[in-house]
Order: sequence, then structure tokens, then C-alpha cells
Amino acid sequence: MNVIPAKATPGLPAEKQGKGRQTAASGRKLRARNAVVGWSFITVAALMIVLFYFYPMIQALLLSFQSGTGANLSYVGLDNYARLLKDPTFLTTVKNTVVYLIVQVPVMIILALFLSVLLNNKALKFKGFFRTAIFLPCVTSLVAYSVIFKYLFGQDGIMNIMLMKLSLISEPISWLTDPFWAKITIIIAITWRWTGYNMIFYLSALQNIDNSIYEAAKIDGANAFQQFFKITIPMLKPIILFTSITSTIGTLQLFDEVMNITAGGPANATMTISQYIYNLSFKYTPDFGYAATVSYAIVIMIVIFSIIQFRVAGDKK
Amino acid sequence: MSKVNSIISYTVLVIASIVSIFPFLWMIVSSTNRSADVTQGRLLPGSHFFDNLRNLLDTVDLVPALMNSAKISIFTTVLALLIASLAGYGFEIFQSKAKDIVFNILLLSMMIPFAALMVPLFRMFGKISPVAPFLGIDTLTAVVLPTVTTAFLIFFFRQSTKMFPKDILEAGRIDGLNELGIFFRIYVPTMKTTYAAGAIITFMASWNSYLWPLVVLQSPENQTIPLLISNLGSSYSPDFGVIMTAIVIATLPSALIFFIMQKHFVAGMMGSVK
Repeated sequence: MNVIPAKATPGLPAEKQGKGRQTAASGRKLRARNAVVGWSFITVAALMIVLFYFYPMIQALLLSFQSGTGANLSYVGLDNYARLLKDPTFLTTVKNTVVYLIVQVPVMIILALFLSVLLNNKALKFKGFFRTAIFLPCVTSLVAYSVIFKYLFGQDGIMNIMLMKLSLISEPISWLTDPFWAKITIIIAITWRWTGYNMIFYLSALQNIDNSIYEAAKIDGANAFQQFFKITIPMLKPIILFTSITSTIGTLQLFDEVMNITAGGPANATMTISQYIYNLSFKYTPDFGYAATVSYAIVIMIVIFSIIQFRVAGDKK
Repeated sequence: MSKVNSIISYTVLVIASIVSIFPFLWMIVSSTNRSADVTQGRLLPGSHFFDNLRNLLDTVDLVPALMNSAKISIFTTVLALLIASLAGYGFEIFQSKAKDIVFNILLLSMMIPFAALMVPLFRMFGKISPVAPFLGIDTLTAVVLPTVTTAFLIFFFRQSTKMFPKDILEAGRIDGLNELGIFFRIYVPTMKTTYAAGAIITFMASWNSYLWPLVVLQSPENQTIPLLISNLGSSYSPDFGVIMTAIVIATLPSALIFFIMQKHFVAGMMGSVK
């Protein structure tokens, strides 16, 4: 979207630097040659992205108007799209994905912001230890941590054992087999994996805020809360926007965790759109056409949510 | 910092650290215990790590899976760095309006969810299979090809190239180096840290990737580490000690990279927002 190109534009155009030293004629020749050379540096990458991103997207669009099993596909017009709106499993997966999104992303971002503000305190001791510890979950692969969480949150897993020992609960919670708790487990897992990641972004942005702003605010009598909401949040707005968009895109594509923690169960209560696409294509009798239609639903959701976030964050770039 | 505030700060940070570290500790401890002890909730290290390792090696093809993952990750990393750095360099050093438009179009590919690509990609490689079996379905090449070029890495290299002292390039031209010579002899050695950061993010993403290998790899001998762990994790009568040993081994490369090159690791992550 716009964030990234907007940041990428400036920089010094390369021609400008050499120009002064060259005569007009040799300059033009050099520029013509540079144009050819420049494009040749880019060609492989551009072709690969066209071949493995844009071309498949066009194929998916064409596929979304076809139906049939396996390779026997025929054009059916908008049938798949009509089916989509009446498909209870699809609607469940959209609902699940949106629940993950509106619960998990804000919780994680607030938690990450809070931790980064605590860690940014100059007087704090053991800062390096805390930072490394909280960032550590990012080292694990999605599959590995998912399997670990599956067992931590099992019916007789260590979570239940500890909660019972602490007398916080009287009987084990069905973390993985109850529709409500299964969603909670997925949300806890994702939050564990990604909070430290987001925190590092905020921390480095915080370190760039000039301390004199806070000094001035203190002199004006602003308390810690006012400083946080009036200085920290506005200053971090671009990075909060960036992390919320990447988290949103990530959550809309959620697959590895759900596949490995709950396998989408109980009774589709945790299944995500990505997993439904996978099941439609490779688990049930393959229906590539309908799967492609569902995949366009994710694309549309990503666009919609990104636009909403830009609007909410205001258009201050 | 007032006393109350500082007590709250430390309490919150200590709790956050414990929560973050606990699953790791549990994983490591469990890899040294018998499955039965793990189910009992044992949190003390045992002496069964090597038994678990032996069982693991007996029950699954761990070493071939490690080799497959290593081949895929190394191959992907080398190719990805080459392709993306050439492009990032090209976009920044030979900047023009037309190239900026192409650049922005390429960036749009970051918005495309992989779930939308997997079906068409699977069919694409399915069509290639009969013609060129060595890069069709169920080959390691098919895992590498679609993921090797990412707009993110191109963007990362372009951003880093903005800091590159461009006068050196002119000096190289005067010395009679051709454009590729300038790139490989001057640019690459100067940008070592950028390459290191790029290598870390690419290697980790490739080592841990799950969905595309799950789709495109079918025969057991082509299995990668995440596929192996996922299979172990979904077995009906799991041996917890053995599974945790497998996860410890699979996490080791990432953890080592993280602890040895923490600075590059974070630099690579932050590359997108410089």
C-alpha cells in the first residue's frame, strides 16, 4: 500500500550526482547506457515477481469463475460467488478470522506499547535481559511453537495442572476442545509469539524521540499518563500504523497455528479462511475453482482492513 | 522514577519475561524426560535426552529432513540475496520515473496473501511436472522457486543502498570496471552488514516455512523439518519427550543465529521501516 512507497521515494537520484562533472553530450550517452544497464539489474527480480505473484493472481481470478473436481473445470460464471455467500463453513471461517483480528491485534499492540515504554526507562536495570527474553518467542518456527502450545494447553497439560495447583480453577479447562476456549488458546498463542516482535519496533521508535520533549512536558506539569497519550502515542503513530497493518495481513492469512494447535476444530470453531482454502484444494475432493473464489475473499478483506486502518490513523502520512 | 512505579515496572517485566521464556524451558526440560513424566507435569530436567534422541532417530527420518530443510534454506538464501540485491541496487543507483513505477507495482505483491497463490502455483507446477520432472511437484526446486524473490527484500536492499556512498561507483568506472564488476567488487563488499541481515531473515523464513512445502512436497523422503514436526504433533499417541527433542533440534539453528548475530537479526527485522 501507500506507506512503503511514500517512504521509498526520496533519496538522491543517482544521475544528479555525476551530472556536474560531465559535458552535456557524454552525459546523454551515459544516461542512455545507464538506462539499459539499470533495467538489466532489475529484470530477473521483476520477471520472478510477475511469474510467481501476478500471473498466479490472474490465474486465480480466472479459476474463481470455474467449477469442477480436480482438473475437470468448466466456466460457471458467478456461481462460485453466489455459493460463497451461502456457504456456512465460509461464513464461520470469516467470523473466526475477524474475531482473531479484532481481539488479538489490539491486545498485542497495547501490550507491546506498554512493555516498550517500560523498557525505554533510562533508570531500568537488566534492560538487555528483559528485552531479549520478551523477544525470544520470535526465534521459534510457527509450527514448532504451535505444537508446544498444543501440549501446554492440553486437557491434562501443564497449564491446567498449574492453574489447578494455584486453585485458580477447580476443574481442567477444555482449552482445545471447547469452541470458546479453543479460540482463546489460539489468541494467547499468537500474542505470545508476536508481542516481542512488535515491541522491538516501538522500542527503536521510542529511542528516536527527543527526550527534551518529555522534559518540557514535565515542566508544564504533565503526568505520566498525559505524556503517554499526548506525546508517545502521536510520535509513534506511523510505526503503530505499520505494525497494525502487518499484523492484520498476518492474521488474515493465519494458517500454521490453527492447523497445528486445533486443526480447525472443534467443529470448525477455530478454522481460518486460509485453512478452508487448503482443505477445499487438498483435503476434501479438490475444488480449485471454489478455493480460488474463497482466496479472493481474503484479498478483498486485506484491502478493506488496510483502508480502514489508514482512515482511522488519519491521513497525516 | 518513584518507588511504586519502579516496583510495578519490574513486576510487569519479570512476569512478561517468565511468560515468554516458560514454553522454551518446558520444551527443553521435556526433551530430557520420559513421556510419562511430561504428562505428570514434571518441570525438572531428567536424564532421558539421549533415549529420546535415539527413539526419534528410530521412528522418523530426522537427518534426511534436516538435510532437505538445509538444502532448501541455503539455496533460497543465496539466490534471494543475489536477485534482490541486484534489483535494489538497480532501482536506487539507476533511478528513473519508469523504474519507480515498476518498483511500486512490485511492492503491491506484498499485499497478496499466500493462500491466494497456492492453488494457481500448485497447478502451475503440476503442468510443469510432466515436461520437466526435476522442477515439478514434489521437488525441492518447486519449494524454492516461488518464494525466492520477495518485494520485501528488494525494498530492504533499496533502502540500505540509499546510504551507499555513490562516489565510489564513479571511481570504479574510471578504473575501467564494467557495471557488473562494480556491483560485485565494490557494492557487495561494502554492504556486508546488509547482506548479513538479509541472509538471516531469508534463511529463517525458509527454514520455518510450512504451507507451501506442505502443498507441494508429497513423498516422505522430501519432507522438511516443519512438516516432520507437524506430523509428529498430530500423531494419536504422542511421545512428548521425543517430540520435544525434535522441536529442540529444529529450533537450534534459529536460536543460534539469533544469539550470535542479535544485532543483524534486529537490523534485518527493522529494515522495512528505516
